[in-house]
Amino acid sequence: MTTVERVGAAGAVPAEQVRRRGVPRRRSLAGYAFVSGYTVLLMAFGVLPTLYAIDLAFTNASGQFVGLGQFTKVVRDFRFGPSFMHILLYLAMWLVLVVVLTVVVAVILRSRVSARTSGVFRFLFYIPGALAGVASVLVWLFMLDPAVSPVSWLLRALGFSTFAQVLAPQNLPAIFVLIAFWTGAGGWIVVMYGALNNISDEVMEAARVDGASPWKTAWYIQIPMIRKWIVYMAILAFAAGTQLFVEPQLLQTASLGRVDPTWSPNQLAYVFAFQHGDFNGAAAISIFLLTLGLMCAGILVTRSGLFKVEEQ
Amino acid sequence: MTGRFPGTSNSYPPKIQDTKGPMMSRSPSARSRPRSVLKLAAATIGAALALTACASTSTKTTSAQSDFKQAAQDTSSAITVWADSTRLPSVQAYQKAHPDVKMNIVTYDGSADGSTYLQTKVQLFDRTNKGWPDVVFGSPTDVTWASEPTSPSAQAYAAPLDQGLVPQTTLSNFAKGSLTPCQFNGHTYCLRNDIAQVVLWYNKALMDKWGYQVPTTWQEYQALGQKVAKEHPGYLVGAVGDTNSQESYFWSSQCPAQELTGNTTLRVNLSSPNCTRMASLLDSLISAKSVSTQGFFSQGFTKSYGSKVLMAYGPSWYGQYLFNAAFKTPAGQIAAAPPLKWDGESSTYTGNVGGGVWMVSSHSKNLSAATALTEWLTTSDANLKSAPTYPAYVPGAKTWLDNPANKDYFAAPISDAFQQAANDVWTGWGNTKFSDATAWSSVVLPALSAGKTLTSTLPAWQSAIVNEAKSVGYTVTTQ
Repeated sequence: MTTVERVGAAGAVPAEQVRRRGVPRRRSLAGYAFVSGYTVLLMAFGVLPTLYAIDLAFTNASGQFVGLGQFTKVVRDFRFGPSFMHILLYLAMWLVLVVVLTVVVAVILRSRVSARTSGVFRFLFYIPGALAGVASVLVWLFMLDPAVSPVSWLLRALGFSTFAQVLAPQNLPAIFVLIAFWTGAGGWIVVMYGALNNISDEVMEAARVDGASPWKTAWYIQIPMIRKWIVYMAILAFAAGTQLFVEPQLLQTASLGRVDPTWSPNQLAYVFAFQHGDFNGAAAISIFLLTLGLMCAGILVTRSGLFKVEEQ
Repeated sequence: MTGRFPGTSNSYPPKIQDTKGPMMSRSPSARSRPRSVLKLAAATIGAALALTACASTSTKTTSAQSDFKQAAQDTSSAITVWADSTRLPSVQAYQKAHPDVKMNIVTYDGSADGSTYLQTKVQLFDRTNKGWPDVVFGSPTDVTWASEPTSPSAQAYAAPLDQGLVPQTTLSNFAKGSLTPCQFNGHTYCLRNDIAQVVLWYNKALMDKWGYQVPTTWQEYQALGQKVAKEHPGYLVGAVGDTNSQESYFWSSQCPAQELTGNTTLRVNLSSPNCTRMASLLDSLISAKSVSTQGFFSQGFTKSYGSKVLMAYGPSWYGQYLFNAAFKTPAGQIAAAPPLKWDGESSTYTGNVGGGVWMVSSHSKNLSAATALTEWLTTSDANLKSAPTYPAYVPGAKTWLDNPANKDYFAAPISDAFQQAANDVWTGWGNTKFSDATAWSSVVLPALSAGKTLTSTLPAWQSAIVNEAKSVGYTVTTQ
């Protein structure tokens, strides 16, 4: 970034830097104008609420500074440990599933089936993602109730004869992963497919001429070349996963309370804010989630060089 | 699907609440400079660590003042009314009878099933300083928070009605103990809409056909349950899987699950014999399969068992809302008997499942119109005569029982059972700041579904109640 600043300040582009940075960057008013609309919205609905949450997390209801008091208070709450354990278990299952399965499916759709079939499947995979979050949970409420489910024979074969048994606490992470995968994976399959399309035909042709099998090509050529897209997907899936709220909240109401109302940290923050009237404690929980998300993103970005500009 | 139930701790299908999390929005660009953000975060936390905490995290709100600051009154201004769909027709009837009163009527979930929609909204209104509904129907649990300020700068949402709004003569006509959930610090913050005293419901047609006597004690009930299991397998004498089954059974058994021993002190002792006797009674009937671990109101119950319910120990609204509306049992079969007694005990106690309240906002700009509506809803014969549930106002309850439309459905007179039960409600089950539905449904019911016994689940239930009670500020004893 500093390089770019200096380039702008100097008013000329040194040839050596053009070589290093590939395409030179030029400052122009038009650029700022284009990003301004989004920046205003980001400030209003992203940055300012975050700063407000940080402010709340370090103060009490009267606005007095309390240091880390809010954080220790929420950590000591009896629901804090379980809700973070739930979300970490859920994230582990969901990230592995989404990364492995979407990439495998995308590779198969790209190189193992005809273009027409591939198009049909991409469309089919994408449909659930087009449903709004709430609607897709409602679909699963029907799917998971042995009394009304079209696959009730499967549920019964697995030993579930009532909705209550399906919603046993130990099944919940798997249920939420199922819902999340069903709604979210289709979109990522399409994105991964697009990424695979980016690999030039010459590379693929060279691999074929060298005698690489389709699986070897996938493992040594295709997947390494879309690595950045996979990291990008992992970051966004992680961020979305930590904020799990709608699914457990709806299952909680739909099951008439059989699901813990503070199953996920986001729900716990909600309970703090709106049942205990403790907006400061809720903000402290949100800061925990923010830190978790930033740490994960930071590690993935620096390790993968996601935003490093390719050197020529 | 059946409609909604009048008992406030029950409604089905459940209302989907505002599902937006309180989190701030995030975007990928927020993460594009992770290192600098991480540094900033580290610096912030470091700075916070360096400074010692100089104030407490909790700012104790002063106990509710008796006087509240009235908003500037304008007797011609419109009042906003929030009611659940069961109570909506009553509010609409008032509007029809009083066309000169300007009213905005809003339907919401009525705090059913432990919903905190009203509480959530009032928290937000307290922060924005506007938007409060003038009159609201809610659950007794709502009064516990509405009678106190939600933050140091806020004023308690509920207006103390005994402070010149509702005459004392009216207040004293409510059924014995029915205003207890409304009373805090010596003031009355709500008017009780209905009481939901627990009685023994039974299918008289089936009992007569099989030659069974209606039980009068818990021991007889247990014996009959065993007998039914043997002679008519598949028929039920009860179900414990609803969000409020504990109020039917454990409340009736005088189990100290949440006994308020002071304003902020709570006694929770599920190892008391009053709790274990009920747990083992139910365990024996659950294992005999004449008590279901599913709920009467759980999905699919009507289809599988609706016609096989021989007895149900539950609130006064079960008759119309469970047997008539949900199970669609034909008229002339169902009857109610007085609450069951324990052998060897001199008096009978029973539970209470729901029973709503009406509150007036202390922020209302038109207190006289808001109070007039609330009084009409809870005390007028015009409304109570055909009220959906048993009125808490004694003269109104008589009118209600005299109305043939409220009794036609039943196979035998219900007045005696209802009136006796109304006086037998045990007062030791406190109206706490947390809903008793949460621990029961999210801890006990999943354990029962997994095949554990109630007796073995009592310790887990107790610790769930204790944890919840402590988190909202109660000092808990378990003796």
